[in-house]
Formats: sequence, C-alpha cells, structure tokens
Amino acid sequence: MIEQKLVEVKNLKKHFKVGKKQLKAVDDVTFDIYEGETLGLVGESGCGKSTIGRTILNLYHASGGDVLYKGKNLQEKLTPKEEKQYQEKMQMIFQDPYSSLDPRSTVLDIVSEGLRIHRPKMMKKELSERVYELLELVGLSKNHAKRYPHEFSGGQRQRIGIARSLAVNPEFIIADEPIAALDVSIQAQVVNLLKELQRDRGLTYLFIAHDLSMVKYISDRVAVMYLGKMVELTTSEELYQDPLHPYTKALMSAVPIPDPRIEQQRERIILTGDLPSPMNPPSGCSFRTRCPLAKDICAEVAPEWKEVKKGHHVACHLY
Amino acid sequence: MTDAILSVENLDVSFQSHNGLIRAVRGVNFDLKKGETLAIVGESGSGKSVTAKSIMQLLPKKTTVINNGSIVYEGEDLLTYNKKEIEKIRGSEISMVFQDPMTSLNPTMKIGKQVMEGIIKHQDVSKKEAITKAKELLELVGIPNAEDRMSSYPHEFSGGMRQRVVIAMALACDPKVLIADEPTTALDVTIQAQILDLMKDIQKKTGTSILIITHDLGVVVNMAQRIAVMYAGQIVETGTLEELFYESNHPYTWGLLQSMPKLHQDRSVPLIPISGSPPDVSQLHDGCPFAARCPYVMKVCHSHMPDQSKLSETHSVACWLQDERAPRVEKPDLGGETVDRTETS
Repeated sequence: MIEQKLVEVKNLKKHFKVGKKQLKAVDDVTFDIYEGETLGLVGESGCGKSTIGRTILNLYHASGGDVLYKGKNLQEKLTPKEEKQYQEKMQMIFQDPYSSLDPRSTVLDIVSEGLRIHRPKMMKKELSERVYELLELVGLSKNHAKRYPHEFSGGQRQRIGIARSLAVNPEFIIADEPIAALDVSIQAQVVNLLKELQRDRGLTYLFIAHDLSMVKYISDRVAVMYLGKMVELTTSEELYQDPLHPYTKALMSAVPIPDPRIEQQRERIILTGDLPSPMNPPSGCSFRTRCPLAKDICAEVAPEWKEVKKGHHVACHLY
Repeated sequence: MTDAILSVENLDVSFQSHNGLIRAVRGVNFDLKKGETLAIVGESGSGKSVTAKSIMQLLPKKTTVINNGSIVYEGEDLLTYNKKEIEKIRGSEISMVFQDPMTSLNPTMKIGKQVMEGIIKHQDVSKKEAITKAKELLELVGIPNAEDRMSSYPHEFSGGMRQRVVIAMALACDPKVLIADEPTTALDVTIQAQILDLMKDIQKKTGTSILIITHDLGVVVNMAQRIAVMYAGQIVETGTLEELFYESNHPYTWGLLQSMPKLHQDRSVPLIPISGSPPDVSQLHDGCPFAARCPYVMKVCHSHMPDQSKLSETHSVACWLQDERAPRVEKPDLGGETVDRTETS
C-alpha cells in the first residue's frame, strides 16, 4: 500500500444558506487520499458527496476546515501564482458529458483550454499536436479535433472530458459520477480507460458515484457518506466482507446483484422511511431514524469518527 | 400460447423525422403471461420504451407510423381500437408507471384527487366511495397517514413516496397488466429496494402481470421470471432468468453481462466492455445491427438478419452463430458456477 498522503481533508465543512436556514451539505468530514490510489465516495443523492469534491477543488469556498495538498493548506490565502499551480495539479471530470462541454467550441478548443491558460507561451502548432496526442490517448482520433460536441455519442463525449482534464498533466483527478449518464456497455469502456490512465501516469482519483458495485470495482478504498457526514471508510474488499456501519450494510444489501443464483440466497435489509431532509437533520446520529439498531444514545450524541481496525474508520455508537 | 394475457406480434414502429424514417421497433414479438413478470432489457435507443408506449398508444400520432403488427390483449387487437376504446382500457385494464414520478404527477393537484381521477373515470362509484378507495390504495402502497396525505401536493413528497403514489394510481382499477417503464431509475438504491419489494408484494396480492422495462440487470434479477433483450429495435434473445444469465447465446447478452461489475466479484476480474457504441437507428443497414460491435462477426452478419432460433420452449435467440454452418465458438465464462451448477446441468 502506498502511504504517501496527497490530499488531507480535515474537518471540512460546507454550509449553504437557504433562506434563513443553514443547509449542512458537508459537515465535519476528515479523510486522507494517498498518492496513486483511487478513493471511492458513495452515498445517496443529497448526501454531500459532490459538494466534497467541489470544495476540495475550491469551486466552493469551504465554511470551515482545511484541505491540504502535499502538506500545503489550500484554504489559506494563496498568491495567484500558487493558485494557478494547484489548479494545474487538480482536475475534474464531470457527470454530464452533454452539459459540461461547450456546444459552440470545437474539440480542439475544449481540450486545449487548460493549456492556453497554463502554458500561454505554447505555439499554436504545439498546442494542436498536444491535443491530438491526448485524443489518441483517450481512444479518439486526430480527425475528431475539428468537430463539435454534438457530433459525438455520450461515451465519446466523456472521453473528450477526460482528455481535457489530462491536458495540463494533473496529479489528482476528481471524477464526479463520470459514468452515471452512460449506457452499461459504454460504462465499462470508460472505467477501463480511467484505470489504464491511472496505471500509466500514476494518477490519484477521487471517484464519486452512487453505484456501489462500480465504486467497489474501481476503488482501492471506499468512503460512505450519509447526510453530509462520513459514516465509514475502509478498503473496498473489507467494505464488502465486513461492513460495520448499519447504513453501509443496508446500502450493500440494497444493491441488486445481476446473478439470479446469488441473488436468491441473499438476505435483504430493507430500510424503512426516506432520507431525512438535510435542512433539518435528526439529532445525534443522523442515520438513527432509519437505523434498525438505534439505541437511546444515538438520539443524544453524534457518534465519533474513529479507527476501529487498522485503516477501517466508522462513525457509529455500536463500535 | 393460450395463457398469454398480452401478445405483441411483429410490431414495427417508425417515426418521421427531418432525417427520414427512424425505425425504432422492428418486428418485435413477445407474450406476457398471466401473473408473470417479463423484463425488457436494453440500452438507450433500443426501442424498449417505444414498445411499451405503443401498447398504450401513447406515442405522438402525427409522427408515428405503425407499419405492421398487432398487440393482442384478451383476444382483441389494441392497434385497431379508436381513441375512445383505448381510453377505456388504458388505466383500467392496462396501466403504466413511468420513470420520473415528478413529471407523471400533476404538480397543481392534490394527491388524493389524482388517485381518485382514474377510479371515478373507470368505475361506477360515488365520490365518497372513491375517496375510501383512494385512501386504501395509498395505504396499500405504504404511504403513512394516508388520510392526511390525500390533501398534500406532489412537491411535499420525496421521490420514493411520489413513485408510490404513481403506483397507487396505476393500481386504482385493478389492472390486469402493469407496464413499468424504468420505475426505479430515478431513485436511490435503498428506495429502489423498497419500491421493487412493493411491486412484488402487490403482484402476489392481485395477480397482476408486470411488464418491466429497464437497463439494469440487477433489477431484472429481482423482479422478472423471463427476459427479452432488445438491441436496435429488435429482440435479440429471450429466455428465463436462468437461461439468459447462465446459458445465453447471443454475443450482445454476453457483452452486457461481462461489462457490469458485480458486488460480490473480485476486483481482479477485468471488465470486458462492448467496443464501439450503439448504432444510429436512422441509418440501419441490412443484417444484424450488432455486427459492427460483435467480436464473433462473420460475413453473413453484415448482409442478412438472422432468424430466431428456438433453443428451448422458453429460450430463443437471433444470431448466425446458431446456424449449423457457423464455426463453434466458446462461450465466455458467465460466472454462477460457484452455486449449484452441478444440480441444474
């Protein structure tokens, strides 16, 4: 296991103002991302997983806490030069390949945008050479550079998005639901591409998704979120074999396995009720309203985030 | 077959567009039997929703051309029905649950009233009886405080609750066939599990036949007894769950099964994607539509569409590999060996 910390997230908070109320989209989350690994972030809609990704990149300003990149605190005031430097190191791939590409720009313009900002001295010819190289890298061809996004299918568009994110040679990529909008047969293509790029270029990923089977497949470690809080974090094997938090267990058992014989033998934990509103989360542990094992203490005290086994963190009063 | 409640025969649906005719559904055949759940699986653009919508005649009249085929429900061809006749069937005998519960509910109308609408239209009941019935339905689908919630508006419900309301509406007149078009795609997994359970429960209680349309093979395993796999407007393979998951014979079915990671699987098992992307249905050529992406493609595949070969009473496949002149190919390992393989084979 690689133990070099690339990103450290400490007590990160992001609260949005909604009318007079506060929406705690991310509430006091702490975790590390190691160099060269893929950290998966799963949770249901509204749990704050995308907000974490965006806050790390400073697309949202954090309401509290720190994000350290190679030991440097990105929440402190940075000089414009430093800011640019970090923007180059950290890139993002978005969910919707339809809305994240400018329909009026050619693929060449889209992919080279980062280069034009970060390498202003690059000649036009050099620029297009680099774009061709990137397009080939993601499985498209040189001939695609002059075309517009509408001429491509969803999977191809996602490849363009990936090429764009790779243009400035980043070290760390946040992929926010990169395959959710794609068909099953295309999802595997994109996932394989991401894995290949990681192997060849030593990239570090934060892979945000709601599809637990895919996250488990691609990630070295997986973090589970519920209502703005992280409830469990461990290696993907351990998460499957020995999930601790009752929410992780329920989530795992709710994922249908496309294999009839295995599915027949599974026991399902069906959670009652809906996700509470994040505007008005329950007191104490936010999962207690749906938790089959809730005790009195769960309503009073929020459970601590602790390491119960080596590398296995959980926030639950049962442990 | 005599026990079929709904049979779709040779259905062929096209749309007129600026780029010419788009052939969305091409010669689709299937039967839905009494009390069973049949799943139609396919990717976007494969024609699965169009098939469902043509059963209910919900496609835009102006641009839709139904060239051929029949949809036989209890001995009568629904395609010959006029607007008035189909309206009698729609919502009472056959009803539909859509993907997005927000757009299939009227945002300005109270939930209770929306559920009652169908009851009043199709059944000869007083308003009072309709209210009681609507309340019972909401209770059946698991809405807490049903009586109070009757006067709530859709926006006051969560996604899962809304989908329950939509299911309650669909069940209002005890339909014999329930068509569910991606009923859980817009929902989170824990809520999806609730809704699938609810649908199975209701089927047990009422004996409704369900036609479920989905792209998620996991949902299929949970709900259906039989599956039809669609690709570019055609059914390429049909069979029971066991037949399709362990003994499938179409390269596209293999591709689908191999490109999905499974929760119980080791991470070292590689995902084998299907190369290329689905064909543009406005520019289809003769021959098998999967030919361009098929790893086992032969010369004949590009020029002639294969016939359906019957492999068992329930299992049929449209692929040239079934032809006796075709070379024998080794089927990819589709898993499932770990459990009881010896007993079944």
